[in-house]
Amino acid sequence: MDGDIVSRKRELVKEFSPMLGKSSPFSKIWIGFLIVVILVGLVAFVLQVIKGHEITGMRDNVVWGIYIINFIFFVCLSYSGAFISGILHFFKTPWKNSVSRIVEIITVLSLIVGPIFILLCIGRLDRLHYLFIYPRIQSPITWDIIAILTDLIGCFIYLYLTFIPDFAMLRDNSEDAPSWRQKLYKTLAIGYQDTLTQRETLHKITRTMSAMIIVLAIVAYTVLAWIFSLTLQPGWNSTIFAPYFIVAGLYSGVGVIIISMFLIRKYFKLDHYIRKIHFIGAGIVLLVISLLFGYFTFSEYFSRWFSHKIQDTNLLNTLFNKYFWEFILANYIGVLVPIVILFFKKFRTIKSITFAAVIAVLGLWLNRYLIVVPTLETPYLPIQDTRPEFIHYSATWIEWALSFAGIAAFVLFFILIMKLVPIIPMSGIIDYEREQKRHHKPLIQNQKK
Amino acid sequence: MAGIKPKNNSSNRRKFLKLGLMSSVTAVTGASLLANLASEEELKSSGEKIKLLTPDGKIVEVDADNINKYPEAHITPAESRKGIPNRKFVMVIDLARCKNARNCVESCQKAHNLDYHEEFMKIQLIQDNEEASPYWFPKPCFHCDEPPCVTVCPTGATFKRDDGIVLIDNDRCIGCKFCITSCPYSARQFNWGHKDKFDRTDQPYSPETSVPAAEGTVMKCDFCPDLLRQGKLPHCAKACPMGVIYFGDKNEDIVTNGEETVRFSELIKDRAGYRHLEHLGTKPNVYYLPAVNRQFPLERGFDVDEDILERYKDVPEVQDFKNQNKTKS
Repeated sequence: MDGDIVSRKRELVKEFSPMLGKSSPFSKIWIGFLIVVILVGLVAFVLQVIKGHEITGMRDNVVWGIYIINFIFFVCLSYSGAFISGILHFFKTPWKNSVSRIVEIITVLSLIVGPIFILLCIGRLDRLHYLFIYPRIQSPITWDIIAILTDLIGCFIYLYLTFIPDFAMLRDNSEDAPSWRQKLYKTLAIGYQDTLTQRETLHKITRTMSAMIIVLAIVAYTVLAWIFSLTLQPGWNSTIFAPYFIVAGLYSGVGVIIISMFLIRKYFKLDHYIRKIHFIGAGIVLLVISLLFGYFTFSEYFSRWFSHKIQDTNLLNTLFNKYFWEFILANYIGVLVPIVILFFKKFRTIKSITFAAVIAVLGLWLNRYLIVVPTLETPYLPIQDTRPEFIHYSATWIEWALSFAGIAAFVLFFILIMKLVPIIPMSGIIDYEREQKRHHKPLIQNQKK
Repeated sequence: MAGIKPKNNSSNRRKFLKLGLMSSVTAVTGASLLANLASEEELKSSGEKIKLLTPDGKIVEVDADNINKYPEAHITPAESRKGIPNRKFVMVIDLARCKNARNCVESCQKAHNLDYHEEFMKIQLIQDNEEASPYWFPKPCFHCDEPPCVTVCPTGATFKRDDGIVLIDNDRCIGCKFCITSCPYSARQFNWGHKDKFDRTDQPYSPETSVPAAEGTVMKCDFCPDLLRQGKLPHCAKACPMGVIYFGDKNEDIVTNGEETVRFSELIKDRAGYRHLEHLGTKPNVYYLPAVNRQFPLERGFDVDEDILERYKDVPEVQDFKNQNKTKS
């Protein structure tokens, strides 16, 4: 082992350990706040279990509300995280190191939080095991369960693989850390010593997994889109839904990555790791995807509007009347504002790119809402009912509480993982520096061999 | 319902034979119906035979056990998946005769222990286009031959039987609601909260009766297979004072509304029967006869609860009617 590298590792651990160790009062308050939000969500959940779905805004026409929208939203975060992370890794993108771990964590966490929302849609949680006792492979829900479980396992393995070298570095260099931490790192590092063979094997496996999770993610998200597009509902029964969802997923995914980059950079003062170039790079990716997303959205609604089958017309009437402002916000503001900001070079600052990302994420959530709710409010046979809650859906506080609890859980887990391993992969820095040496000082490299 | 059965036993027997025999097309149908029903279960024949007089004057001899067994039998969820052998149930709704009397809705609600707003049979007021006159449109579950709801069910809680009926086993249902979103006819309903009636134990649960319902599960019109096994018409068909709803067996090509019995194929041919939203390819087993030569003006259907009339407020005729009433009073 190279003495330089050993001391460099020690240096890096020293640099990043403040992030892992003590929490500032601000972060304590923040964590406390997140826990409170989650607890309120838990109360809402208990209420929903005791009193039944009656206390949600869902009724016979709109049987799925914001739960399923959150489900799509989080799963699409995960899918796009996997996609982007896979691409970063697979093509050995030069500046990937600073953002790759953020992306990987988003991938796994959103895939844990997302499916919780689909469970909230289920009327009989006590019978959940029936999905495995009486499975019907014909049902898209069964496909979805298989796809998401496979994706989850794949992403977990992938995330863990990228953590191993850092766990090893932390194990070797954290003598001051509490003993539980040392033990934890020792277990998690599973005997990784960063020898040449180990390193090469790990790189090979990680690379293979990075290709696999791209496929897994595309399959999972396609199946999710099919849950809607395989039905006969006018707003859902669309052939472009799967690719549309894939693009939409990337759109919000890149958005959330930019937002997390911004927050992490600001909070941990990682200005020299997460630099403007990262934001510009991500911003350009977001620009390309926003153009694609706008194109898909336009194609979807334009063909419905132009051919104007009666049910499509009814749906568009609902969208353009009752949901007028939501439609404008989701499909005009949510697409055009990011495009304008990201298109012009002079607008591309870190703050404005982050702003564009926020608009993109909010717009996309609203876009999902407009796919789910108005469609269910406009069935083939007109809804003839006098109970307002059966005609129009509006989410109750139970649903909002659980939605925010989901977001809070996502953020809290994110913070906790950042306490376990540095958000910037230290092993990546080592690899990068090693690579540099190889190029600039080939002699030294040879001598060592 | 359990209490009514013994009292009606003799009439049951007659009606039991009626469905098969009223055609008077084939002399053996009555016997074959019995044989078909009987063949499903292992019969321990008591040897005792009973002679029955059929409506067309034929005498048939049947095993005494068979007759009493069916009206009383409780059909378990597992048994209910099989269906009644050699049957293909079909419903024909004559839109020309419907005046929104709502007897079908109410008798269905009573039989299935439904609340005021819970309706397996819904009566909608449909206006096909601006020029067209609106008509009353009783809408049960269409028991499609290509049921989208059955395809998407992840646990097989909803299923299609050999006799064409689509049922829900609410012991199996996990309440994912996917079937509700995939039904293009909005035929399915969800039990959103707990109700005391779910706890009633006087009647064991059977998918054929849909009683008692269960919280967090889906329910819908079931074509009353419990009555069909007894050779009776479904509640809605029996209750309709106008004879709007014909029910019968496609295999035998017979449908009846309780008063007249006609050939299904001829009825559909002569009256231009159609299926709602045929283009969706779901192949419903409920046919409609168009609302031509109507027996009642549309307004006859406005004589309902204010609350019910309010449902149809988007239809111009209902608006006019309401405005008139306001100016009168």
